[in-house]
Amino acid sequence: MAVATTTKTGARPSWSGRRPSVPAWAGTVPFFAYVGVFLLLPTGIVVVDSLKNPNGSWAVSNVTELGNPLVRGYFIGSLKLCLLSSVSGAVLGAILAYAVASGNPDGVVRRLYISASGVLAQFGGVTLAFAFLVTIGPVGLLFHASWYYEFPWGIGLIYTYFQIPLMVLVFLPAIDGLKVQWREASENLGSSAWQYWRYVGGPLLAPAFLGATLLLFANALSAFATIQAWENQIAYIVPQQISTALSSEVGLSNVNVADLLALGMVILVAIVMTGYALLQRRAARWLR
Amino acid sequence: MEGLSRHYGPVVALDRLDLTLQPGELIALLGPSGCGKTTTLRLLAGLEDADSGHISVGGKDITHLSAAKRDMGMVFQAYSLFPHMTVRQNVAFGLRLRRVSAARRDKRAIEMLDLVGLATQADRYPHQISGGQQQRVALARALAIEPQVLLLDEPLSALDAKVRAQLRDQIRRIQLEVGITTLFVTHDQEEALAIADRVGVMREGHLEQLAPPTEVYSRPATPFVAEFVGLSNRLTGEVRDGEVTVRGRTLPLVERDVPDGQVVALVRPEAVTLASHTTSESGPLVGTVIAVSFLGATSRVTVDLGDTTILAQLTTSDASALPAGSRVALTIRPDPVLVSASSEPAAAADEEA
Amino acid sequence: MAALASVGETPVPVTAGRPSGMQARRRRRLNAFRYVVFTVFGLFFIVPLLAMARFSLEGAKLGTWSLSAWRQIASYQNTGIPPLLSAIEITLELAVITCVVTLVLLVPTMIWIRLRVQWLARTVEFLCLLPLTIPAIVLVVGLGPIYNRIQHYSLSALMLFWVYVILALPYAYRALAAGLSAIDVTTLAEAARSLGASWFSVIVRVIAPNMWQAILNAVLLTAALVLGEFTIAYLLLYTNLQEELYAISRNTPNAGVVFSTSLAALLFAFALLLILSYAGRRRRGRG
Repeated sequence: MAVATTTKTGARPSWSGRRPSVPAWAGTVPFFAYVGVFLLLPTGIVVVDSLKNPNGSWAVSNVTELGNPLVRGYFIGSLKLCLLSSVSGAVLGAILAYAVASGNPDGVVRRLYISASGVLAQFGGVTLAFAFLVTIGPVGLLFHASWYYEFPWGIGLIYTYFQIPLMVLVFLPAIDGLKVQWREASENLGSSAWQYWRYVGGPLLAPAFLGATLLLFANALSAFATIQAWENQIAYIVPQQISTALSSEVGLSNVNVADLLALGMVILVAIVMTGYALLQRRAARWLR
Repeated sequence: MEGLSRHYGPVVALDRLDLTLQPGELIALLGPSGCGKTTTLRLLAGLEDADSGHISVGGKDITHLSAAKRDMGMVFQAYSLFPHMTVRQNVAFGLRLRRVSAARRDKRAIEMLDLVGLATQADRYPHQISGGQQQRVALARALAIEPQVLLLDEPLSALDAKVRAQLRDQIRRIQLEVGITTLFVTHDQEEALAIADRVGVMREGHLEQLAPPTEVYSRPATPFVAEFVGLSNRLTGEVRDGEVTVRGRTLPLVERDVPDGQVVALVRPEAVTLASHTTSESGPLVGTVIAVSFLGATSRVTVDLGDTTILAQLTTSDASALPAGSRVALTIRPDPVLVSASSEPAAAADEEA
Repeated sequence: MAALASVGETPVPVTAGRPSGMQARRRRRLNAFRYVVFTVFGLFFIVPLLAMARFSLEGAKLGTWSLSAWRQIASYQNTGIPPLLSAIEITLELAVITCVVTLVLLVPTMIWIRLRVQWLARTVEFLCLLPLTIPAIVLVVGLGPIYNRIQHYSLSALMLFWVYVILALPYAYRALAAGLSAIDVTTLAEAARSLGASWFSVIVRVIAPNMWQAILNAVLLTAALVLGEFTIAYLLLYTNLQEELYAISRNTPNAGVVFSTSLAALLFAFALLLILSYAGRRRRGRG
């Protein structure tokens, strides 16, 4: 009883007759081609061009331009803002996540806050900056914060607005992973609430917390739209400098400035994300 | 524990329960899920609050004492070891909370691990040891703090059958060695009967019977107990003058003063014996074998009597002479039986595997 | 240390009403904490939105109310910038195209990998999560030359979809992966194949319908992403919704229509995600 089959992407099916041997991985070619052109190629272009002069000749020494004090200033600016928003976002987000986690698993409040977090984490950019402008800006409805245009405080607060929901989304599963038996066993053995958190709950959540903080850091590092809408006359952070470099001919020196800065960013984010991945693995083992 | 009541909204989990544990004894609470046995344990541990009633230990009322201050050791069903600590650190945790010095802590931890036979695994992490070993560590951890009472919440339910049997005996041995008052909750009647000094059968928040295992088994106090613990055949019979007649045989009763009339008698399979029946006469105790279940040393034989089926338990060698289809004659040993007036099965809930 | 855990003489009734034990007390403290937290954070998140709403309802004179900002969504245009409505249209079209392309690209690939080429799973996962590490701002630097070529063929802003799909990959991948892992892909596929289905049918008619919640999730996340995207459109000099709003605000500061549009988009996305969470419930498990 022969089963007639048509093979769309030319695999070597085990239960059909002789077929021309197109390997199974051929089915993934469209994906790899697409990602290759629109993700890997641009990244490659960035890396390669950053090591070249504008006239096209190789200049690997360009990398040392990253040490240029002006460039350093932008990176420090970025780091300041990212540190501020990621730490505050992490701590506040953890508190909120705990409040959500300790409630009814199917309740309305939980659902509401998770959906809200899903939306607000994406709600960065221009609209967020506008929202804060009319809340605490010069014509703010709530009050006028004199520090609104100060770097990194004003923009840091705005960043926190989307960092907290992201923290909730990322950290909530970890809190959920704290098994109730651990709390009960700890109590049974004589611990107070404080002792439980200090010896059991805290250490168990630590990797997940640190990992989440790193993720927030990387998230802040990459943000551009928000700060651009907040204040586009002065460039404080690397993405803004990249934007300036792209839209003007005058660079810092002979170097493909935008590419170099982009390269610097990639390296930084890669380091942070690696840290995140490692911490995630540890957290997953305990809190699965 | 006296007069303990606990309800969750409209659901009554415990209804005025009274229970006393003697020093050093192991009481097993047995019952189907939802009967309140775990609630009882958790109330004793302080992990839940009673709506009314009192709990006292050694004469001291602890009803309003927090869980952390009660001097009890608890072993949970699963997942209770702290994954970020080694076995040794887990066992020593309770002592650490009591500010025992590191040296003494360590010594005591190793002592406890020796007791459960896991001293060699002291520096492993929980995810590196098997489920049975994890529960032994949990036991060591609970005993390390020298509690007054040991509480075990279905500690074997999450384990493989083979491990379960071994561990059960080991727990009993340790309990006797240490001499600690213990409350053991389970839904597995074999477990309960095997290790307990007394068994408490619970149902819907009530304690139906609290007695040594042999008594619970052979002199069940209620039909529910009779059907939950061990198997029973339900046979119609007639009571007259303190005895019941079942299918032509007269059997004594567990309770003398049952009014005359129609009843359902609960007869244990071991009380039914079979013999090959070669003559062609039929009768109330003659039937055909339908099925034989091989259980190792014994076998359970299902016999069709025409109007009902009956289970008999024989040694396997005896059962092998009576394969399916053979005609057999039954005798019922005159053990005292329990009768119930209702025709509904009392233990309606399915037993968990 | 044996202990007698015991019964007393007569049961002493305890007052009915509020449970008074330790656990109940702890629960009450916890609830108080939770209410405080939810209120404080709720305010923090709502107030800017309310401010936006207030601004969007501002009339010609301060303190008056007017729906003009909302009506302007359909009609706003000014010198030097394209009409708002066309930007909205383009963005919505982009969202649709991006969602479709993302699904067409990812769903068959992921299923195929699950079924036939498992050794590629790690690689694909890595590539899909890579856009999280390569921020849009970096990507756009390298995209310059590529989009130069694309603009030979089409100047439409819809061409942004090529890179939007990449941006959506991490979110769509995670949503789809969660859906895939919840069903037994291999068994379903084998059953379908043994009944004579082609691979195409297996993917489209058997597996995909069984992960509709994950697909819906991926679609909504992608749509939210497209609606909120600014960086790449801005730097590649295209006009989409966010870029348009930015341009309007530079052009006419405090234009009410900026706020009304933002709020509309936000509420839209929130409603969708809320619906999604109800549609896909009962999937979380505890411990």
